[in-house]
Amino acid sequence: MTNAVEISSLNKWFKNFHVLKDINLNVAQGERVVVCGPSGSGKSTLIRCINGLERHQEGKLTVEGVELSEEIGHIEAVRANVGMVFQQFNLFPHLTVLENCTLAPMWVKRMPKAKAEALAMQYLDRVHIPEQALKYPGQLSGGQQQRVAIARALTMEPRIMLFDEPTSALDPEMIKEVLETMVELAETGMTMLVVTHEMGFARTVANRIVFMDMGEIVEIAPPDEFFTAPKSERTKEFLSQILR
Amino acid sequence: MTASRLPPRVILPGPIEWLRENLFSSWGNSALTLLALAFLYWTVVPFVQWAFVDAVWVGAGRDACLPYPDGACWPFISARMGQIIYGFYDVAERWRVDFALMGLAFGLLWVTLPGMPAKGSVGAAMVLVYPFVAFVLLAGGFGLEQVPTTRWGGLLMTLVVAITGIVASLPIGILLALGRRSELPVVKGFSVAFIELWRGVPLVTVLFMAANMLPLFVGLSINKLLAALIAVALFSSAYMAEVVRGGLQAIPKGQYEAAAAMGLSYWQSMLFVILPQALRLALPNIVGNFIGLLKDTSLISIIGFFDLLGIVQAGATDPAWATPNTALTGYAFVGAVFWAMCFSMSRYAKHMEGVLGAGERR
Repeated sequence: MTNAVEISSLNKWFKNFHVLKDINLNVAQGERVVVCGPSGSGKSTLIRCINGLERHQEGKLTVEGVELSEEIGHIEAVRANVGMVFQQFNLFPHLTVLENCTLAPMWVKRMPKAKAEALAMQYLDRVHIPEQALKYPGQLSGGQQQRVAIARALTMEPRIMLFDEPTSALDPEMIKEVLETMVELAETGMTMLVVTHEMGFARTVANRIVFMDMGEIVEIAPPDEFFTAPKSERTKEFLSQILR
Repeated sequence: MTASRLPPRVILPGPIEWLRENLFSSWGNSALTLLALAFLYWTVVPFVQWAFVDAVWVGAGRDACLPYPDGACWPFISARMGQIIYGFYDVAERWRVDFALMGLAFGLLWVTLPGMPAKGSVGAAMVLVYPFVAFVLLAGGFGLEQVPTTRWGGLLMTLVVAITGIVASLPIGILLALGRRSELPVVKGFSVAFIELWRGVPLVTVLFMAANMLPLFVGLSINKLLAALIAVALFSSAYMAEVVRGGLQAIPKGQYEAAAAMGLSYWQSMLFVILPQALRLALPNIVGNFIGLLKDTSLISIIGFFDLLGIVQAGATDPAWATPNTALTGYAFVGAVFWAMCFSMSRYAKHMEGVLGAGERR
C-alpha cells in the first residue's frame, strides 16, 4: 500500500528566509504523527504545505499518490483527501454549526441538502455536540467550536487529517474535550498529522514523533524512545523546557 | 456559598434632576445649552413660521401668494405636482409611469418588510424581470405608444437614474473589488486602472463626456439618457468597489484558508464564505454610497434633463407663478422629498444590520 504522505527533499522559503530545509518524511496509512518543536521551527508551515495552503519551492510532496504540483486539478484532488483543523477554529461566523458542516459536501461534492445534513449530524454526533447544530459559532465555547471544526473537516470524509495546534487557543479546561475527540478519531484508524505541544497526547496517541527546529527535522522517533532516550541535544533541551 | 441576588435598584432621576445633570451641570455646560437653544430659536422657529404658519395653502396662481411675502407658496407645488412626478411625460400616458412606480414600490415593500413569504423569488423577479417590464412601460413598444426619453423628468427621472445606478453599481463594484485583490496581473491591473480613473474624474465631467463628447468621438448616436445611465453606473461602481474592498480586507485570512482547505473553489468561497461577511461589514458604507448616488442624480440637469430638482427649478421661472417665495418653496419641497427617501434608506440599512448581525457575536 502506498504511503499516505511522502515528502522528499522539500525546501521552502518565505522571501529569503529558509523556513523548511530539506525535509524528508513518509507517513504510512493509518499512522499518527505528532510534529513538535519550538515556535518558528517550521512545523505549522510543514503541515500547511501538505494541503497546499503553503506552496513549497523545491522537492516532492505526494498525498495519497497525487503529487502536489502546479498542474491543474492536483491541488483540488489533494484537498479532497485532506481535512484540516486550525488553531483559531476558523468556523464561518455567519453560518450555523450545521451550515458550516454542510457547505462543502453540498458544493464540492454536490450532495443533496438532506443527505449533507444527515451526514453533518452524524459527525456532530461523533464529536458529541449534535444539540448545538442550529446555533451560530459565536454562541459556543472555544472547545465546542474546535469540535465543530473537527466535525466540519470530517464531513468531507478525508483520508488524512491535519491538526495545526488545535488546542493552543483554548482555555485549559477545554483542552481535554478536544483531545478526547482527537483520541477517538485516532481509534478509527484515521491518518493524522498533529502539530501540538500536548506531550501527553503525543505519548499516548502518536506512532512517531517528529521534532523540528530551525526548519529542519532534527529527530524522528516512537514516543517511548523520544521521551526516554532522545538522541539529539536540541531535543533534550526542548523536552527539558516543555516537560519541566 | 453566597446566594445570587438581583442587582441593586436603579433610581431614575426626575425631569428637573435630569436637566440639572445633563444640561446644566456646570457653567460651561449651561452656556452651551443656552447657546444651542438660541440657535434653535433663530433657525427652527422662523422656518416653521415661513413654511406653515404664514404659508399660503390654496390658490390658483401668483396672485394667491403675492399678498403673503413671508410665507411659503404651496399652491405652486400642488399645481405643478404632475410635472414634478412625471416631467413632460404625455398626460394621457402617465398611467404607465404609475404602474411602473407602483410595481417598484410593491416589489421593494415585499422584499424589505419582515416576514413576507418567497422573498427570494420576488427579489429575483425584481432584478431580472422588472427592469424590462418597466422599460417597456416607460419607453413604449409592444403596442404602447413611444415616449421619447427627452420627455421623462421629475421624480420619475430621479428614480430611473438612481435605481439604475444602485442596481448596477453593487455587482460591478463587487467584481471590481475582487479584481483589485486578484493575483492575476491583468485582472488586477484593469480593476485598479478602472477604479482610479473613474474616481479621479468629477461626475459632472463624466456626464458631459457621456452626453456630448462620446457621440462626437465615437460617432454613434447613442440615446443620451442611456449614455448618462451607463456613466452614472460605472462612476458609482468605482466608489462601490472601494467600499466593498474595505469589507473584504476586514475578513481574517483564516476564513479564506478554511474555505480553501475544504476544497471550495475561489468563486464558491467568495460567494458563500467571504462576501456575505464582507458585505455585512461594508453595509453602512454601501448604503452611504447609495444615498450619495441618489442625491447626485440632480447633476443630470446639467446635460439637459429635468430631474426632481431641475423640474421644480424650471417651474419656478414660470411668470404665472413669479413670487419671491416660489423658488424657495420648491427647494424646500425637493429637499423634503430627498430627505424622506434618503432617511428611509438609512433606517432600513440600520434595521438590516441588526438582522444580519443575529448570532454573530465573535
